[in-house]
Amino acid sequence: MQRCVIIGGGHAGAQACTSLRKEGWTGQIVLLTDEDSLPYHRPPLSKTYLQNQVTAEKLLIRPQSAYQKDNIEIRLKTRVKRIEPAQQGIELHNGEHLSYDKLLICTGSRARTADCMGAQLNNIFYIKTLKDIEKLSLAIDVNNNKKRIVMVGGGYIGLETAAVLKKMGHDVTIIERESRLLARVTAKRISAFYHNLHKSNGIKIFTQTNVVAFQGKDAVSTVLCEDKVIPADIVVVGIGAQTNTELAQEAGLLVEHGGIVINELCQTTDMNIYAAGDCTIGIEHHSGLATRIESVPNALEQAKTAAATICGKYKPVTAVPWFWSDQFDCKIQIAGLNQGYDETVLRQKDDKALSLWYLKQGKVIAADCINCAKEFMAAKKIIANKLDVPKALLSDTDIDLFKAFAQLS
Amino acid sequence: MPEITFVDFAGNETKVDVPNGTSLMQAAMENMVEGIEAECGGSGSCATCHCYLTTDWQGKIAAPDSSESDMLEMVSEPTDLSRLSCQVLVSDEHHGLQVHLPESQY
Repeated sequence: MQRCVIIGGGHAGAQACTSLRKEGWTGQIVLLTDEDSLPYHRPPLSKTYLQNQVTAEKLLIRPQSAYQKDNIEIRLKTRVKRIEPAQQGIELHNGEHLSYDKLLICTGSRARTADCMGAQLNNIFYIKTLKDIEKLSLAIDVNNNKKRIVMVGGGYIGLETAAVLKKMGHDVTIIERESRLLARVTAKRISAFYHNLHKSNGIKIFTQTNVVAFQGKDAVSTVLCEDKVIPADIVVVGIGAQTNTELAQEAGLLVEHGGIVINELCQTTDMNIYAAGDCTIGIEHHSGLATRIESVPNALEQAKTAAATICGKYKPVTAVPWFWSDQFDCKIQIAGLNQGYDETVLRQKDDKALSLWYLKQGKVIAADCINCAKEFMAAKKIIANKLDVPKALLSDTDIDLFKAFAQLS
Repeated sequence: MPEITFVDFAGNETKVDVPNGTSLMQAAMENMVEGIEAECGGSGSCATCHCYLTTDWQGKIAAPDSSESDMLEMVSEPTDLSRLSCQVLVSDEHHGLQVHLPESQY
């Protein structure tokens, strides 16, 4: 019997299990994960799970019984030592060897760690896994009192976590190295919106601020920056992710710009090895850019494609990349990739509902939509179909963009 | 536990006992009902868990909020019976509910 081995139990790995069966894979499916939980939804970790609104069981993507029904073997707490492409085998950390006919790498990424002095002190946490949140929750619950929490990093993960911690009643300070929040991923208008949102909710924000050291005896007690010292009971670090590409690299697969290189069918440079999710880099269908896309929807899309390819079908990834983030009472939905934009158009309904459209040579390539679900849905279609939408139409909230858009398409 | 019947686009019925507090989306995913994508895992962000309820249940289930309504306007083939299944939480009074799934979520 043929065997497909999946390395990694994140969103991509879990989706691949389902999709392989759906596409007709009748052989064995073995999923290896180094975590001690079945695959779970990660986005709620920093939100409902941190607030104790859901149990770990509710986070599971599928219950154990669903994998059993599909005859999928999941090995928890199992680390892979190396991939041996020539033998079509892998070696586990416990010395065991496992052969494969097809191998799917879904190793994802890990939180980038702080490397300044004092980074090893207690009460410094990261946001990536169920375990990370459980540790953070325990520290927050100690003495059941209000904590001074310093969030290092003003990206989406940092902002989401800061918002939740503030809602839980803690004193929250965000430190961001760049001159504005979300500097890498969005235009100034959206950065400003989030700056105001967090500030008006009582969060202190220091931009253009570098952490020099974490100080304290056993546990962190202050965060030392170049021009200030910030007292802290707890530090949360959200300074980006680092892809897990070591296994692929050591196996001789092509790895570039931190990603395992794949084509539109999720094939790597080895004919029996496929890859999906955060750990990959490929040419994005709509923009033509070689890019790593760190998002759940992308992990799911690529996993579906990889499963289809493994089963001999042709289903390239063509969905428009999209992202979302929930902070306080604001939901941002982002369609497309804004890299290389040369112009933006603002469509503002009111203080709390606006969308910013990114154009490149007159064409919409992306849109950041805050509390504007309709605009988001339209943006996906506009980008997918490369529609020409007049700028005046984008910005005029008196015009129903969608009726106009229906006429265009 | 309330019993919910999912009916996929081809007309195949799946009857499922759903624990209270579970969303229709979760119930469908856990029972491998075809036709729901649920890309965002239930945060009401993607509109890929679109379903149709039946007319006899209109008014008996809490209406969609404005964000859900906005997204429903933009799904393919929306009707007055359209819902995002992640936003409908099952409770005892939903026993016997029928949930129809669309041909495609895109």
